[in-house]
Amino acid sequence: MKKLLSTVAILCAGAAHAEGKLQLYNWGDYTSPELLTKFEEETGIKVTVTDYDSNDTALAKVEAGGHGFDLVVPSANYVPIWREKNLISELDLSKLSNHGNIASQWVDVAFDPGRKFSIPWQIGATGIAVNSDAYSGDINTSAIFLDTPEELIGKVNVTPEMNDIMSLALWYVGGEPCTEDTEKLKAARDVLIAAKPNWQSMDYGMSEKLAANDTMASVYWNGAVFRAALQNDKVQFGYPQEGFPLFMDSVVLLADAQNTEEAYQFLNFIMVPENAALISEFARYANGITGSEEFMDEEMKTSPMVNIPPELAEAGKFLPTCSAKSLEYYTAIWTELQK
Amino acid sequence: MVDRTFAIARLPGFATIAVTVFVLLYLPIAMLVVFSFNAGDSVAIWEGFSFRWYPEAWSNEAVKAATWRSLQIATAASIIATTVATMAALGTTRRRQTKGQSFVYLMINQPLMVPEIVTAVALLIFFSTIKVATGYQGLGYLIIAHAAFCTPFAYLPIRARLESMDLSLETASADLYASRWQTFRYITLPLVMPGAIAGLMLAFVTSLDDVVITLFVKSAGQDTLPTYMLAQIRRSVSAEVNAISTLLLLLTVVLLTAFFLLTRKRT
Amino acid sequence: MTADPKARAEVRRGWLLSAPALVLLAVGATGPLLIMLVYSFLEPGQYGNVEWVLSFKAWFNVIMNRDIFDGTLTFADAHLSIFWRSAKLALLTTFFAFITGFPTAWFIATRSPGMRTALLFLITIPFWTNLLIRTFAINQIIRNEGFLNTFLLWTGIIKEPIVMLYTDFAVFIGMTYVYLPLMVLPLFATIDRFDMRLLQAGYDLYASRWQLLRYVIVPVVKPGIISGSILVFIPALGAYVTPRILGGGRNMMIGNFIELQFGQGRNWPLGAALSVVLLVIVSVALIVYTRFATSGGNKHHG
Repeated sequence: MKKLLSTVAILCAGAAHAEGKLQLYNWGDYTSPELLTKFEEETGIKVTVTDYDSNDTALAKVEAGGHGFDLVVPSANYVPIWREKNLISELDLSKLSNHGNIASQWVDVAFDPGRKFSIPWQIGATGIAVNSDAYSGDINTSAIFLDTPEELIGKVNVTPEMNDIMSLALWYVGGEPCTEDTEKLKAARDVLIAAKPNWQSMDYGMSEKLAANDTMASVYWNGAVFRAALQNDKVQFGYPQEGFPLFMDSVVLLADAQNTEEAYQFLNFIMVPENAALISEFARYANGITGSEEFMDEEMKTSPMVNIPPELAEAGKFLPTCSAKSLEYYTAIWTELQK
Repeated sequence: MVDRTFAIARLPGFATIAVTVFVLLYLPIAMLVVFSFNAGDSVAIWEGFSFRWYPEAWSNEAVKAATWRSLQIATAASIIATTVATMAALGTTRRRQTKGQSFVYLMINQPLMVPEIVTAVALLIFFSTIKVATGYQGLGYLIIAHAAFCTPFAYLPIRARLESMDLSLETASADLYASRWQTFRYITLPLVMPGAIAGLMLAFVTSLDDVVITLFVKSAGQDTLPTYMLAQIRRSVSAEVNAISTLLLLLTVVLLTAFFLLTRKRT
Repeated sequence: MTADPKARAEVRRGWLLSAPALVLLAVGATGPLLIMLVYSFLEPGQYGNVEWVLSFKAWFNVIMNRDIFDGTLTFADAHLSIFWRSAKLALLTTFFAFITGFPTAWFIATRSPGMRTALLFLITIPFWTNLLIRTFAINQIIRNEGFLNTFLLWTGIIKEPIVMLYTDFAVFIGMTYVYLPLMVLPLFATIDRFDMRLLQAGYDLYASRWQLLRYVIVPVVKPGIISGSILVFIPALGAYVTPRILGGGRNMMIGNFIELQFGQGRNWPLGAALSVVLLVIVSVALIVYTRFATSGGNKHHG
């Protein structure tokens, strides 16, 4: 009888646990399953993850309404757009006891001063992966894809992310991202169009191709290249000294979220260093929470693919949110490049 | 007699082409089956034999749920699409051409005519309004969207079948005082069946492949296998997905073989 | 048109039978597309979406291109070359799918009934595997260190790996692979109804095999050829997964280009206008093609 009672008690407890639900809308393959299991064990809240593949898709979907999500993870340059459209709510910092764990350099960021709207998820850089067998020169330059060295002609991939590529090209010709300066834009266009015949492809999915020696160099994200390098030690990562984009994807709370309390618990949970480390171990990017390094493996702690070398760190910048005018230039150049 | 017509039906080179086509069709499939047993993470570099991806795929709740959801949607959508397509095909073929028929024809083929992204954005706006108004966010939207773009895939083979069909049997049946229903049930339906099966299969497969429309129509927690995988493109396909595909393939073969053996026994 | 009540009843029955399909499509595809027509006459929103301001800019931009730097107006040749590239690829794919699909469908249709069902299943089974996975698998076969090159090197036929990945050849092979069943199944459905005694009669009249094919078989299976070509051509026109993975995505297809407007380019009205143009072109082509093909068929019969 006692046994039966305790079974009933456990069942009831289980039922009570199952009540908490949370809908997370995140980039594909970006959410550590271990993190979610741990969160459910600690709080009893079940997190359902739904994937998206671009900032624009996520924005369009949430803006249309009727989506059912609670938390979304937009990139830094999109956070102001989400705010401007009143799609996200200001966070009640009194409910986030771990807010102080955000590393000081990531608190007063341009896209969200004081972190009142967004909590860091992962931070990375767009740079250039090069296979050391194919090319042994300096790899910390955009010249790898904009003025391709002899050895790499026909072996370079350029990932079709318009914002990243346009920014790299503009920095390369001495301009700034989102510029409306036609001289610089013209120079960037000319450089891109002259370089295109030397490219092998404009594609995603490069972790696999770099590891398999199908592609010898590619504009790509550092964490993804790190995953390729774990399989193929010839894969190196360069940070263009002319300038390279940093990205930071942060979690925001939707204005029409239905599970607000659960969402706060989740936000607070991911600011615990040990939990933030779980996020990083999965997708292999840094996370912006103080003390999380302690919980990461040795390779992550030391790899220059995760930790930007100090002498190059200066060149890394967050992309601004472009004006409509500059975006029109971008699209026109992009179309001309791929026509 | 039968043998002779078969000999006549054999056109030179056709068998060779057909056999080559079958071999080539299965080459990529063989690749993915082989690589689902790869010991390494890669789907390109062979690192030895291992079963590790199967338990791993099985324990990945997200993949399992997405696969199950894909199958549910594809089944519902292809049945709806084939039913309405068969009716429409019966209503639009084998009679004098009218303006209305061209209209129906164009309407049904319309989903084929614009890139998916356009239908996707249009459906996003349309369905979101309904979602907000009614509060219902279930799988129904995805099923309707899938059924709609699967309809032309079901309709065209059925229509092709009907167009080349002999009308005399139906006339004979009517002459023998069979009711309209009887004629349909015992004459038309069996004759349409191969077309309907071809249509059903195409519709099912098309629904199973859809990415873009699903991406825009899905609500929270409604990832299908293709949207799950598309979102992984940033990281490329994992060996886990190969394992899932192999299992699905195995399931398909088992089901189809069972179906095949059962129907053969009856005839 | 006629006062014949029987004919009118038949027309009514046709509409009734078509009604469920029409309702489904109106709700799940065509109706919402009217939203796109409206959007093509609006101003683009700053961050995607639209501003509710009447504007003909999008339509203007479909045909004319204002140079972003010196402001001169030119004909939008980029749009034309993107469209032409897609059309060329789709035509080639349809043609090749027919060349390989027709013999295959014929082969299947001339087996014993049991074998026929088995082969039919056999041809669809690969397509129960997701498109992305299939395309990646093709990628694995034709890449430089892939199965095909390794095999050819091993047999000694070639000394150096042949570069196939990221070429037009790869796209073309991949597209044919992806769309083949869409050609085979409708063809099978008509060949299956083909009365083989017609061939017997043809032989008795001393027709050559080529003549039989040209004058006996093709006219009868024409509906299958028509629906098969439509099912291959139109989706191929808007395809972009396969061109991107196997072709390397250096050159845009019409599908990618429209997607760019709805995504990173944030110009929904232009995307909407381009889609309407595509829709109209394909509809006209479809009507002309069906008319032409059907009337050709009637000539042979009558």
